[in-house]
Amino acid sequence: MLTEKPVRITDSCVGCGLCTQACPFGSIAVVDGLAVVADDCRVCGSCADACPVDAIEMTKSYVKNIADYKGVLVYVEQREGEIHPVVYELLGKGRELATQLGEELYAVIIGNNITKQTDQLIARGADVVYVYEDPIVATFRDDPYTQILDECVNECRPSIFLIGATALGRALGPRVAARLKTGLTADCTGLEIDPQTKLLQQTRPAYGGNIMATIITPNGRPQMATVRYKVMNEAGIDEKRNGVVINRRVPKKLQDRVKTLGFVAAKEQISISDADIIVSGGKGLGDPNGFKLIEDLAKELGGAVGASRPTVDEGWITYRHQVGLSGKTVRPKIYIACGISGAVQHLAGMKTSDIIMSVNKDRDAPICGVSTLSTIGDLYEVLPLLIQKIRDYKKNA
Amino acid sequence: MSTGLNIIVCIKQVLETTEVEFDKETGRLKREGIAAIINPFDEYAIETGLRIKEKSGGLVKVLSMGPPNAEQALRDAIALGADEAYLATDHVFAGADTWATGYTLAKCVQKIGEFDIIICGLKTTDGDTGQTGPEMAEVLDVPCICYVNEIISIKDGIITLKRSLDEGIELLETKLPLVITVSKDIAHPRLATLRGRIAAKKAVINQLTNKELDLDVKTIGLEGSFTRVIKIFTPQINFDGEIIQGNPNELADAIFYKLKEVKVI
Repeated sequence: MLTEKPVRITDSCVGCGLCTQACPFGSIAVVDGLAVVADDCRVCGSCADACPVDAIEMTKSYVKNIADYKGVLVYVEQREGEIHPVVYELLGKGRELATQLGEELYAVIIGNNITKQTDQLIARGADVVYVYEDPIVATFRDDPYTQILDECVNECRPSIFLIGATALGRALGPRVAARLKTGLTADCTGLEIDPQTKLLQQTRPAYGGNIMATIITPNGRPQMATVRYKVMNEAGIDEKRNGVVINRRVPKKLQDRVKTLGFVAAKEQISISDADIIVSGGKGLGDPNGFKLIEDLAKELGGAVGASRPTVDEGWITYRHQVGLSGKTVRPKIYIACGISGAVQHLAGMKTSDIIMSVNKDRDAPICGVSTLSTIGDLYEVLPLLIQKIRDYKKNA
Repeated sequence: MSTGLNIIVCIKQVLETTEVEFDKETGRLKREGIAAIINPFDEYAIETGLRIKEKSGGLVKVLSMGPPNAEQALRDAIALGADEAYLATDHVFAGADTWATGYTLAKCVQKIGEFDIIICGLKTTDGDTGQTGPEMAEVLDVPCICYVNEIISIKDGIITLKRSLDEGIELLETKLPLVITVSKDIAHPRLATLRGRIAAKKAVINQLTNKELDLDVKTIGLEGSFTRVIKIFTPQINFDGEIIQGNPNELADAIFYKLKEVKVI
């Protein structure tokens, strides 16, 4: 229940009526020369933005009413106008949850030159797309993006808010959740609606995947989750779907405490978190040059290069390649482990890959216990032959 | 800055292995016989704090929240070179989710005093969320930069650093104070010295209970948490593997045909 009106009109109001035009819900009117806010106000802040004399203040001292929060909101991560593919998976899952609840699916996109993407988001299942387009927010920065998502949630009031568990998403999610004062479940691999309570049941791995936990957010709204990439099914495309695009102005007073001085794109074309195929090397390579062979095979397969912890600790390859508990958790379609015995910490980071193949000298190595196909042999003999076979096959194909 | 920097490193005590089991009747983890250590990611945070101190001067204060025996993790941090240790421990803090933990730690930081930089590990090996640092930053109303892999300089209250994202490396600059989480690329953690170990034995571990913090119990611990764990289970992995031995050509063939079968080539 609202304990206090969330919008306060101060004495400086001149009754110009710009706020009534700005309000998307028709919840503010000018009566006797002064703005008056109706009870159905959704606290979106459009009126305060539009007010030329700053006479409208947003108060936050009201209690959230859970019943006011409806629908599923998806954060659309983009870089240079290109949508991160995890977003299509979020839309797929989000659509399913929204339909089950009988509610709407919203998407929010922040950036520059992004309006062209709205058709795509609607075709993938969004009913409403909020667009915050401005050159000032062209690239991701934690502060302004947090502020805008906070505003968007306060306007849209979704019951569920999903963010991709990418590096950016996992930095942004906790900032937004803390500002909204609600719960956030990290890196979910399962999302379901409890048919009785209608609460979102969020399932996620902990302890390096040795334990799964199901978590609910009974009292906070929205129920927020970051969702692991490449787990949910992508939304299908239906060009005939209809949806609404709501263009919102980026706030005038934008908090922006961290300056971006530069960006250097990663050398690898595919990072291990994005790759469908990963070829990994371990201590069995014997020395850093062994990674040349791993790179060659990865290149032939269009995959990324992974590594076990000892090779990173030895300085044979950089940390961004490390798979495992203290590196990245990956779930490619194919994982080829070469010269990796399979310490539990490594297995924790890759054992849910769809297909695991290994080349290892020791048939008792733990990696064989999780491999769909284990080959017992010397990688320096097997890999060159394999690479040659693939090259010959491609030439003749 | 002539007085040096106030550096706070947040650490967590975790179980040494993640090969954990839980008691089906009580739903609790079986911790018996498993050693407790500093969360491995936090070793990089401690190392980062020590290196900043060595370069710019200042004090490294380690802060943890946990049961009374988490004191050992703080002593281990002193052995590595930290100057002061603080342990938030009180039964009313128990059962906190990442938000309630971040909130309580932020209140501890305010109690400890002025700070210039708070350093956290990337995530913990048990909860694996990486959320507490940024949530704490939000409560303290300071910027948070995650995945820092290099600190370039700290001068006149301005920090310049790099962070590693999925797509590449960003070069960033901001004013102190702030919260950072550090990647493992940042520095190789040192080992404790003998002198450090002796200092650790004698060190005073400052206890912060709710008597000192005076927080509304509705905002902390299980009650202050927005999330609730309703089920814990062991994942089922259906597994049917094939082991092939033979000459290198046969082994290469086996992989080649499997790759063809799944249409990768």
